[in-house]
Amino acid sequence: MADLMDSAKKGIEQVLSKSDRKKYEEARAKFEEQRNGADELDGRKFITVSGLPIKDLYTPDDVAGKDFVEEVGFPGQYPYTRGVHTDMYRKRLWTQRLFSGMGNARQTNKRYHFLLSQGQMGLSVAFDLPTLMGYDSDHAFAKGEVGKCGVAVDSLKDMEIVFDGIDLGKISTSMTINAPAAIILAMYIAVGEKKGVPSEQLTGTLQNDILKEFIAQKEWVFPPLPHMRLIVDTIEYGTYHMPRWNTISISGYHIREAGATAVQELAYTLANGFAYIEAAMARGLDVDQFAPRLSLFFNSHLDFFEEIAKYRAARRIWARRLKEKYKAKNPRSWLMRFHTQTAGVSLTAQQPENNIVRVGWQAMAAALGGTQSLHTNSMDETLALPSEKAALIALRTQQLVALESGVTNTIDPLAGSYFVESLTDQMEEETEKIFNEIEQLGGVLAGIDKGYFQREIAKSAYAYQKQVEKGERIVVGVNKYVMDDKVDIPLLEIDDSVETEQCEALRQLRQARDNAKVDSTLAELKAACKDESKNLMPYLVECSKAYVTLGEMVDVMREVFGEYQEPPMF
Amino acid sequence: MDKIRVLLAKPGLDGHDRGIKVIAAALRDAGMEVIYTGLRQTPDKIVSAAIQEDAQFIGMSILSGAHMTLFPAVAKLLKEKGAENIHLFGGGIVPDQDAAKLEEIGVGRIFTPGATTEEIVTYIRDTARDLPEETL
Repeated sequence: MADLMDSAKKGIEQVLSKSDRKKYEEARAKFEEQRNGADELDGRKFITVSGLPIKDLYTPDDVAGKDFVEEVGFPGQYPYTRGVHTDMYRKRLWTQRLFSGMGNARQTNKRYHFLLSQGQMGLSVAFDLPTLMGYDSDHAFAKGEVGKCGVAVDSLKDMEIVFDGIDLGKISTSMTINAPAAIILAMYIAVGEKKGVPSEQLTGTLQNDILKEFIAQKEWVFPPLPHMRLIVDTIEYGTYHMPRWNTISISGYHIREAGATAVQELAYTLANGFAYIEAAMARGLDVDQFAPRLSLFFNSHLDFFEEIAKYRAARRIWARRLKEKYKAKNPRSWLMRFHTQTAGVSLTAQQPENNIVRVGWQAMAAALGGTQSLHTNSMDETLALPSEKAALIALRTQQLVALESGVTNTIDPLAGSYFVESLTDQMEEETEKIFNEIEQLGGVLAGIDKGYFQREIAKSAYAYQKQVEKGERIVVGVNKYVMDDKVDIPLLEIDDSVETEQCEALRQLRQARDNAKVDSTLAELKAACKDESKNLMPYLVECSKAYVTLGEMVDVMREVFGEYQEPPMF
Repeated sequence: MDKIRVLLAKPGLDGHDRGIKVIAAALRDAGMEVIYTGLRQTPDKIVSAAIQEDAQFIGMSILSGAHMTLFPAVAKLLKEKGAENIHLFGGGIVPDQDAAKLEEIGVGRIFTPGATTEEIVTYIRDTARDLPEETL
């Protein structure tokens, strides 16, 4: 055993006997003499989807000197390169969770019941743009957008309908909401209470990641600092009242979709995570109190091995920082649990059925990368919100990967691959370089202020588009094997009557509720906003219970916090 | 001939600006003058900005499904302000049948996923040639 560990530690030089080493060198010399060494074939470059050059062959030399015990190790053990759990999918599969929401609360509730009846294990709520931006459905800015890219939620009333007939004590819910995340969490707590499920028993995840909004998805309301306060409020509240709830999902997904490379996605996301940790510690929380409830969220893009390497590197970097820099002592603080979504941006409007196949291998990369939950995109998402059939195929795709492909039989099956280990190391090294750049700029908030992230991402997006247009990168159906096809798959349409009905329901709500209570809870919220020492969560819960609308709460907060405007740049 | 002036805008609440930024960079590299308004512009602000900036084109990017509200709103304002000479076109997640309806009310081409920057550059140059004298 000692010999084995020794050889694992010191790499190829010690693994091979002298005579084997000679044979190896001869074979390698022969290969090098015979290889063609080209870096492209018919103009298509051998680069990852992020532009990293890939060699024709990886050998033990690429991992020479690598310390397998320290860097790769075992699943469920520091630094968790091989996975956060000891038994991984042999004990429990990832949570199959499709991001969905459309039209009004009733339509969305119907889709949830359908997906749950088909084996989905958890819910994931997609809200419409007015909700994401903190406007009620009857606001002038909401015109034409109500229910269009998710469900419209104006008040607790809508939340009650969204979760009608669903046991929130058993089903976990992920909610993709950021600027008004604290309000939606408050509404969820209120729904739970009405159903007899106290906040202590609620399970799920709130996205609640505003830094990536400033960097990539651009759905903010207030300036960065009040937003950071709200996030720390939810982390603090969760720490004391919601022990099973992930208070934040630190997201690389949107950063990647906006055009970032895999390395940029990894670096920016983890840097954001560290910024939240530092903000919560500055509030006086102990890192081990809240770090175990932090979760991450990554994209699964087209380049199979690059994505797998990204997830493996992410776990290792996270564990090391948490232990070494933030001095977390609880091993649960070190392990990076994450959700994955296949890359929406990789889907094509042309020959949309091809997307089913793309999503298939993206889902497999997430599984081989050790994800804790997964959303698989529907083939029709470049055209509309998913139809029921397209969503079902997407759900089946991950069920096929989980149950038929065999990739879940063993843990981290690609460990020890010269290529994958070498790419994992490369991801880590490149990420550290970007961490240094961010530090030089003065941290994440300073970087946002200077437009650093926004500019770097726009540059990467433009470079990618140019590669596609030059044919250095193939997109089947777009720049190769093009067919003059008209899309003939059935698409979901959101009727404009959704907006009319939602506005009418809102009018009735405003008449029927106890408006004195609305005024008093809003006044208390406003006073609390002005007092930095107050955690806003309890005030938001009280407002929610009084059927104060999302827009009314945001208005009051906007009066105190102000609004953010991004300087336009490209 | 002076540079072609294109005002690019993202109306509505959607913040997905990858597409419009790629287009902005591509038009700039093709030698055009690009004015990017940034996010969340109301139709009113877009039309006023286009007039003020002497733009010959307004390009709008909409991915949120609100295109049948926002394109007509901008087209109507252009008429009201006597600025129909400014050519309105766009891109985003827009079904073919909606693009056809928009064409009927005077909106130009709607580019959908998979369109190349070259096609868009060519479209603008070709259209510029046919624009009335006074707008150039």
